[in-house]
Amino acid sequence: MSAPAIDPVRTPVSATPARKSAGKGRTTPARFDTALGWSDRPGPAWALRVLLCLLALGVFAAPFLTIFSGSFSEKASGSTLSFLPHHPTLLNFQVAGERGIWDYFGNSLVIAGGGLLLQLAVCTLAAYALARHRFRGQALVLTLFMLTMMLPEEVIAIPLSLVLGHVPVVGVDLKGTVWGVILPLGAWGFSVMLLTEFMKDIPTEIEEAARIDGVGELRMLWQVVLPLCKPALGVAGVLGFIMIWDQYLLPLIAAKDPTDYTVTVALSILRTDPEVGSGVVLAGAVIALVPSLIVYLLLQRSLVTGIAAGATKG
Amino acid sequence: MTATATTPGPRRARIIGKKAVLPWLFLAPGLLLALVFKFLPMGKGVWLSFFDVRPFLGDKWVGLDNYTRVLTDHRFQDAIGHTLLLGVGMSLGGIVVGSALALLLEGQARSLKIIRTAVFLPVVTATAVVGEMWRLMYYPTSDGLLNSGLGLLGLGPVPYLDNPDTALWATMAMGIWMLAPYNMVIILAGLAGVDRSLYEAAAMDGVSLRQRLRHITLPAIRPALGIVLTLAAIRGLRVFTEVYVLTGGGPAGSTDVWMTRAYTLGFTRNDIGGASAASVVLLCVTLLLTVTVNYLRKRGDVR
Repeated sequence: MSAPAIDPVRTPVSATPARKSAGKGRTTPARFDTALGWSDRPGPAWALRVLLCLLALGVFAAPFLTIFSGSFSEKASGSTLSFLPHHPTLLNFQVAGERGIWDYFGNSLVIAGGGLLLQLAVCTLAAYALARHRFRGQALVLTLFMLTMMLPEEVIAIPLSLVLGHVPVVGVDLKGTVWGVILPLGAWGFSVMLLTEFMKDIPTEIEEAARIDGVGELRMLWQVVLPLCKPALGVAGVLGFIMIWDQYLLPLIAAKDPTDYTVTVALSILRTDPEVGSGVVLAGAVIALVPSLIVYLLLQRSLVTGIAAGATKG
Repeated sequence: MTATATTPGPRRARIIGKKAVLPWLFLAPGLLLALVFKFLPMGKGVWLSFFDVRPFLGDKWVGLDNYTRVLTDHRFQDAIGHTLLLGVGMSLGGIVVGSALALLLEGQARSLKIIRTAVFLPVVTATAVVGEMWRLMYYPTSDGLLNSGLGLLGLGPVPYLDNPDTALWATMAMGIWMLAPYNMVIILAGLAGVDRSLYEAAAMDGVSLRQRLRHITLPAIRPALGIVLTLAAIRGLRVFTEVYVLTGGGPAGSTDVWMTRAYTLGFTRNDIGGASAASVVLLCVTLLLTVTVNYLRKRGDVR
């Protein structure tokens, strides 16, 4: 695997450098580098660790292999899952395509792309105001954004579906449009917190210099602050994408009829269709799985940093 | 003298005015979206929970009737039990398995990083996809994936999801599977902060592995454990997708949790008032839990 492997160990709060083996000047894993004191020399403890690692891989990663292999198998069902496909074929994907899986996938892509763009734009603007300006009611605004994290779709599902059907004041019906899913995802407290904290750490001198040159606020944000925020935007982007792709209840209640579903919700339609077999459902699952897999493998460092940061800020 | 003092006055006021408006312009999109799609529904939910909602006849004020109805309904009472059992089981199981994974996969070696990457896959996979995966792994006949494993151990096939006695445990197992790698990452970050020289000193004093884990490692990762437990508890309370995708609350309501119950009430039976009351109860419990935990953590930080 060429992608960089996740490495939370490299982002510690106060990590001590790995022990240097005397004289050689390069780091080698030593007995005191891990809590359990694993040794890297072949021996009973080493064998035990290898065995346990294989077990962990089997439990957490192997199911994905069976899903992939099942989706390519000619006759897949719950009773024929294995690591290698029987009679490899693309038939399952073809049947899933006939059932409109690519339309659902398109819905998903539009929602994930649009939702993420809106979320990043909205949260960056809010974070910039919170990090770079002093104003009355700042604490209240911060609390409001934190509250949005405590109001997940599950808790407000029923009234939210009423609001989506008739948005107050403008009176638009968002059901059946992608906006019904995208707009509620716009203000995500987590991204606001993350970006605010990050922007606070950017030295103000750069901005002051730009301000003397007569740079306006929007250009300042776009040309000075945003380029410096790339790491934080990466983290917010990965976590945001995975969060949006994982949405289930929101696309379900925002849809007018099943053609509006996202690919994750549409899996249930495939499953309850009596004419298609497990292989087709698996093909759908693979299609729904691949985008988040790509994002994860490309940007896993950001993801792990984000989880650790989100956990400590909470 | 007076002239010089007064001339900057209006100009400064204008600048202050502009400066005061500016942050609100930046905040406006976020606040507007949060208001319309989060706080308005919340308020509407609280409001509707006091009404008998009738689409064409107009809503009728019923006071706390919806709440008493929901809280005395035996299916909701069962759902409370399932939610608590699922939440506690998933949280504790996720922590135990997550800690075990973290202790096992701690280290700098490249092979360990690759294993960590692979083990983390369940977290990034959409819940609905995981649900489909597990439905197939739980295939009830003896040649299903998990049942054939049991067969190797000489145990009979278990109809995991089709039996009211096992369905909730099967759902819990899937929840732990999804949660444990997430916890692993947080705990690994905690483990990385442990001072290595303490391990060395302990080894010189001839401390046993168990004592070392208990007196050096555990105190160091306690904050991480606290965070993990809180996140898991809040997540456990509002568990929906896992159950909805895997069992839909069945068989015979044996896996019905608070949110699936509210969903059925609101969207299938069109009892908006009752469903709103159920959501408000959940909201209150979530807020209470969050506030309590934040308070405890703040106190812990000071100490």
